[in-house]
Amino acid sequence: MALVQQSSPHAHNARPTSRVMLWVIIAALPGLVAQTVFFGWGNLINVVWCIAVALASEAAFLKLRGKPVAFFLKDNTAAVTGLLLGLSLPQFAPWWVSAIAVITAIIIAKQLYGGLGSNPFNPAMVGYALVLISFPVAMTTNWAEAAMLFQGAPGVGETLARIFSASQTAVDGWTMATPLGEYKHKIASHTATEVLTHPTFGEGIARGWEWVNAAFLAGGLVLVFLRIITWHIPAGFLGALIVMSLAFGANADQYAPLSLHLLAGGTMLGAFFIATDPVSAATSHHGKLIYGAGIGVLIYVIRSWGNYPDAVAFSVLLMNFAVPFIDYYTPPRAYGHHKARRGLPGKNQG
Amino acid sequence: MTQLWDFTGGIHPAENKQQSTARPIRTAGLPERLVLPLQQHIGDPAEPLVQVGERVLKGQKIADVTVGMGVPVHAPTSGVIESIAEMPVPHPSGLNDWCITLKPDGEDQWRERHPVSDYRSLDREAVLGIIHEAGISGMGGAGFPTDIKLRPPKDRKVDTLILNGAECEPYITADDMTMREKAAEVVAGLKVMAWILRPERCVIGIEDNKPQAIEAMQKACEGTQIEIAVIPTKYPSGGEKQLIRVLTGQEVPSAGIPADIGVMCQNIGTAVAVSRAVFEDSPLISRIVTITGEAVREPGNFEVLIGTPIDYLLEQAGLESPKVNRLVLGGPMMGYTLTTTAVPVTKTTNCVIAATEAELPAPPPEQPCIRCGQCAEVCPMELLPQQLFWYSKSGEFEKAEHLNLFDCIECGACSYVCPSSIPLVQYYRYAKGEIRVQRAEQIKADRARERFEARKARLEREQQEKEQRRKERAKAAAEAQAKKQAEAEKAAEAGEAVDERAAKAALVQQALERKKAKTATKASQPASAEATASEDKPDIEALEKQLEQAKSKLDNMQGMLDDAKAQQADNVDKLERAVAKNHDRVQRAEQALADARKALASTTESQTSD
Repeated sequence: MALVQQSSPHAHNARPTSRVMLWVIIAALPGLVAQTVFFGWGNLINVVWCIAVALASEAAFLKLRGKPVAFFLKDNTAAVTGLLLGLSLPQFAPWWVSAIAVITAIIIAKQLYGGLGSNPFNPAMVGYALVLISFPVAMTTNWAEAAMLFQGAPGVGETLARIFSASQTAVDGWTMATPLGEYKHKIASHTATEVLTHPTFGEGIARGWEWVNAAFLAGGLVLVFLRIITWHIPAGFLGALIVMSLAFGANADQYAPLSLHLLAGGTMLGAFFIATDPVSAATSHHGKLIYGAGIGVLIYVIRSWGNYPDAVAFSVLLMNFAVPFIDYYTPPRAYGHHKARRGLPGKNQG
Repeated sequence: MTQLWDFTGGIHPAENKQQSTARPIRTAGLPERLVLPLQQHIGDPAEPLVQVGERVLKGQKIADVTVGMGVPVHAPTSGVIESIAEMPVPHPSGLNDWCITLKPDGEDQWRERHPVSDYRSLDREAVLGIIHEAGISGMGGAGFPTDIKLRPPKDRKVDTLILNGAECEPYITADDMTMREKAAEVVAGLKVMAWILRPERCVIGIEDNKPQAIEAMQKACEGTQIEIAVIPTKYPSGGEKQLIRVLTGQEVPSAGIPADIGVMCQNIGTAVAVSRAVFEDSPLISRIVTITGEAVREPGNFEVLIGTPIDYLLEQAGLESPKVNRLVLGGPMMGYTLTTTAVPVTKTTNCVIAATEAELPAPPPEQPCIRCGQCAEVCPMELLPQQLFWYSKSGEFEKAEHLNLFDCIECGACSYVCPSSIPLVQYYRYAKGEIRVQRAEQIKADRARERFEARKARLEREQQEKEQRRKERAKAAAEAQAKKQAEAEKAAEAGEAVDERAAKAALVQQALERKKAKTATKASQPASAEATASEDKPDIEALEKQLEQAKSKLDNMQGMLDDAKAQQADNVDKLERAVAKNHDRVQRAEQALADARKALASTTESQTSD
């Protein structure tokens, strides 16, 4: 009778990291489907390409670092990074732009910091921000026109050729300005009614985008329901965005309306899938609310008064900086204590 | 309906209780040997009261705590003391400890017993004495001596007495089966404790996954003021702090005790033991133990004599040796593994799980923390397990302590849910241990510093006192001198003495002049024997005078020393040294005189021979 010596607890019922990540991927699928239905094959091709590059660069770098490659690849975190970039990048973003974004995310933002769990910044957003600043033309002129998949949108072959071809000649009728971009650039010289006549807005709020956002919202709620994420970050994020919009954006002739803020651009993807990356987010409930709210405020500020029509990446990265600070000042009150112990030891002990 | 509160966090692990509740409580019987550890609870170990080879009766006190906190140990049956030696004991450390081994004689002969039928006629101290003498210590966790626990601090009043029947740990059913089968004893013991404490409220908290126990207890409590609170099943609701929160809505202050908020928790088994101690005069010599796990064929609960070896018990439950992979003492959440079955059941042993590998598999390899926060979601103490983990891992113990590391009850909920299967509790235990060691070292260092400073202060003080004494002596000497001077003057007036000092000075002057003259002669002309001889003559005279003077001085000093000795003055030492010095001087003078005389004699001789 060889008896095992083991420290308690002896029972475990963990949902392993790999399964957590798998659920994130599954929950993002409705959004991907909506993107494909409304904007063609671009996103799906991007997702496949980005995941492939992510896994390859993760494997290569793990090997370089002398880490067990299969053990870490199986945690699915690199796949999630690839997925998030594939969902975020413009549909017709050239293959090398996507590849640079993914390689930056995996190698510079994640592995160089020590790999899984050690990165202070959201890897996908580091990659996104890098290509957005470095290749502004490629990142703004390649958004697909909203067109029903089987009603005139480019086919798989055409999309592939477009993404992987060397030439970057714009194809008329394939691309179109995003609703947020259109609104931002036109509202200074036009009235809201005039701006909204642009086909990118469609008949609802933002043609195609509204459904994509709704799908990401649905997938995000599934994650909350499954307790993969808590409600705090999305609530802070969307709450702050709503409050900012109500406070400053009442005049539609000056600022984009709330509906556009919520249902155009990367709002829902950002709120439920990007800002909730646990590694680079705040940890306590209070902290998560503050972190999410910070992102919401920054998104509104950058969209309304900054140079970029959308701002999920910058806002998330800026709030990543604040995470250690937020964590120090938002620990919960522990059982049997009158108040929480904030800050560092030796100061203001509660 | 009792109002209930909820505690934060918690988990719902697989209960695995039905395996051991299918059979009624069985009696384990008499093993070949009983091994009784002298220390079965926190506090101080008991000391043996018996000799090897002595026959003892059932219930006889065989060891007692004479110094410090603890309770006595009793013989669970009659028999002969076989040895008092270090044996393996159930402890996470796996270390041996002192045990009394009893070889039962099979007669099970009781000592004389004096049951109390009406404890209310006694005073409370007497009943507490009975509980102490029965060797009762808490039978749930750490095993705190029950009589001490039943004496809350003078300034604390226990308003709520809670009997903890939650038994939230998976697998364990000892309390469940006790409540089902021994409800009357549980209630009787609870009533005794309630009588001692006089609380306003007396409540038994039972998790809702034990309907039969709830029913039995409700029946036994009919017509009494005792409340039965059925609480939702959630681990760790049976943790003292969590149960208090659930039943009273209050929180035990950090680093405090439940009595601080007027609450006390007692264990089901402890209540039975109290009942037996009072009504049967039967000390704590047996308890209910759950033997379960997939490696035993007939899992269930046993009434076991304290000291029964675990391997004997496992055999009773039908152990299938080859299947056992992990042997857990206690529950799967907080119990510890045994590396040998040769350890005895103690007063705190509530469960033994003989688990197969499939049943309690080894956790998957540890992965990096992804800060998902699942651990914080389930922490019943509302701590931040992941922060505690980082700080424990990186050795930033001060920060870990700042985030209330020491409030962690090590329930294991965080490790249970961790998606990266990080053994979090192990990290906390490590950090706590390190901090305790650091604290102990700090105390040691502080003591060393205090000792050093005290020594320095003492030396300085002594130096000052010495200085003070020296000054006093100088003063005294000056006074004595003045007195002597006065006396001498008086004597001179009387014409009895010469001025010694003047004489000495003159003598020194003379000697110097002679020396000068001598050197001068030596330098100017070759020394002639005659000259030397002629010069040696007065030298002898001078030497004689010197000797005489030294002798008189010595006598003088000897007199002073005798006086000083008689008065036990401070300067005895100094005088003694001075006398010794003078003694030398006298000797040297004598020697010099003798040499001089010899020299003179030889010169004279040579002169004559010439």
